[in-house]
Amino acid sequence: MTEPAVALHEVRFAYRGSANVLDIPALHIARGERLFLHGPSGSGKTTLLGLIAGVLAPTSGRVQVLGTDLGALGSAQRDRFRAAHIGYVFQMFNLIPYLSVRENITLPVRLSSARRERLAGTDADREAARLAAGLEIDGLLDAPTAALSVGQQQRVAVARALMGAPELIVCDEPTSALDSDRRERFLELLFDSVQNAGSTLVFVSHDLALATRFGRTVALTQVNRSSSVVAA
Amino acid sequence: MYLVSLAWRSLRARLTISLLTIASIALSVALLIGIEHLRVGVRESFAGTIKGTDLIVGARGGTTQVLLSTVFGMATPSGSISWDTYERWKAHPAVAWTIPYSLGDSHRGFRVIGTTAEFFERYRFRDQTVTFASGRAPTTDREVAIGYEVAQRLRYTLGAEIVLAHGVAEVSFAEHEVHPFTVVGIIARTATPIDRALYVTLEGLTEMHAAENERGGGLMMGPPAQHTHDEPPITAFLLGTKNRFETLQLQREMNEDRSEPLTAIIPGVALAQLWDVVGNAEQALRLVSLFTLLVGLLGMCVALYASLESRRREMAVLRAIGAGPRSIVALLVSESALLALSGAIAGVVLVYAGLALAAGPVEARYGFALTMTGLGSTEWIFLALVVLAGTLVGLVPAWKAYRSSLADGLSVKV
Repeated sequence: MTEPAVALHEVRFAYRGSANVLDIPALHIARGERLFLHGPSGSGKTTLLGLIAGVLAPTSGRVQVLGTDLGALGSAQRDRFRAAHIGYVFQMFNLIPYLSVRENITLPVRLSSARRERLAGTDADREAARLAAGLEIDGLLDAPTAALSVGQQQRVAVARALMGAPELIVCDEPTSALDSDRRERFLELLFDSVQNAGSTLVFVSHDLALATRFGRTVALTQVNRSSSVVAA
Repeated sequence: MYLVSLAWRSLRARLTISLLTIASIALSVALLIGIEHLRVGVRESFAGTIKGTDLIVGARGGTTQVLLSTVFGMATPSGSISWDTYERWKAHPAVAWTIPYSLGDSHRGFRVIGTTAEFFERYRFRDQTVTFASGRAPTTDREVAIGYEVAQRLRYTLGAEIVLAHGVAEVSFAEHEVHPFTVVGIIARTATPIDRALYVTLEGLTEMHAAENERGGGLMMGPPAQHTHDEPPITAFLLGTKNRFETLQLQREMNEDRSEPLTAIIPGVALAQLWDVVGNAEQALRLVSLFTLLVGLLGMCVALYASLESRRREMAVLRAIGAGPRSIVALLVSESALLALSGAIAGVVLVYAGLALAAGPVEARYGFALTMTGLGSTEWIFLALVVLAGTLVGLVPAWKAYRSSLADGLSVKV
């Protein structure tokens, strides 16, 4: 447990044919940390998360997640790594529309055998029920996703991200579609669930009001040397 | 594999478009298989028109002409054969039996065939002999047995008295009124040209023409040419050999005989040659149905491709969960493969449902049996090709999804 959950070293990223979106000399996120990553829209937050999740590869520099250098892995290996170790929550539209809530939650362990092994004894449906109960959506397990409110959908997305207790949970503006009451409740449930799973949480938002609830806040504009270029 | 079940769920979620796609593939598969089935049915029925006869012998003429005039009741006979010649070949040591045919008269557009009792004993179609729905074979020169369709169309029953006409046109100016015939038999349906013919004895024809001549009717012309009153004229004869291996030898002997020029044909060979001509139409049909299938598959491609734009979020979610671009490709290819497979299965069901419904009317109207046989090897190959082509077509939207999921990553700029 000595190596950090995430370590970026001299990471640069540019979409093909354009200027650098990201130029980050160093960023460390310790294991078990709850990090609030703040940045205005267009500052490259989602791009940074894409690098951490291994969906994107940096133009140069090194991205280490859980001690693994993602640059040393091929794209298919990075996909497998993500499936095994990372849970991801989007801003909205997190759910596969043609699957039920239960099927959405258990999807990671159905797609990845490494993730399935992390279930440690329980079966997928029981684990889904346990996570759903923690997020107060256990009454919705058999509902079609179309019947859910946005807040309920986001909780389902959290339950899915936590399925099989991955080491790293990445949330990309998960609360921006929620009103403030629901936002508070959502954060409480998220923190409890992440704590139970013992995962590291990286939470990205443009809403600084949320920052007080996190252990550490990092402004992307401060760690990213290219931010002025992009923000323009 | 979980992706296949995902693909299935995804298709079910877009039920209407999936069903429409399956329906269009099913229809084209049904067309393809149906035409193949029909083709086999028609060919078998065609090949079964005459069986058990080793040679058909006519006056010197074309193979097709001899076949058409004797077996199918079409075209005019190539000429007549003298009774002596007929007798001579009948007595040939290789010959087991013969059926003489005398053509040249008609009754209200239906052909009249003068023959002997041999016809009712020996003639075979699809391994069946000629049987009677009612009545019996003609035995005297005043009796006629009529085909099933003749009886149906002209509403003749046993005991009806009919007059034959010279020539084969529907409207004839020369009717043999002085020698009427009585219907003594109605032949059971054969689904062959027999249904559209009338059968009289050779003596019947001889007597009729003799009566005509004695009355001084000068309208006689062309075949059958008459020699004397006792020798009935014939235009062709069918024969069976004692040993089928002698057929080729006998055929050569007849074709080379110089005393009276004859053309001897082997029915199976002649039918196959004729089928080659007729068969071009079936190739055209098959081509059309192949194009229909192509259109069906393209429709599927379009439907899947068009759905992709609205599914980019879904792809991003799958990517975030850890599905690689290859899994995205596999998902879409599975979807198109499932659509093609469902279409193929539905198409086969459609064909058999269609066959079950159409068999009766088709046999009644067109006179050939649609059999409910299993799928032939050609049909299995077609089905396999449909599923394969459907799967390959799925690569087009899959490639698009692959490209956009690489470009989108986890963010979708909608």
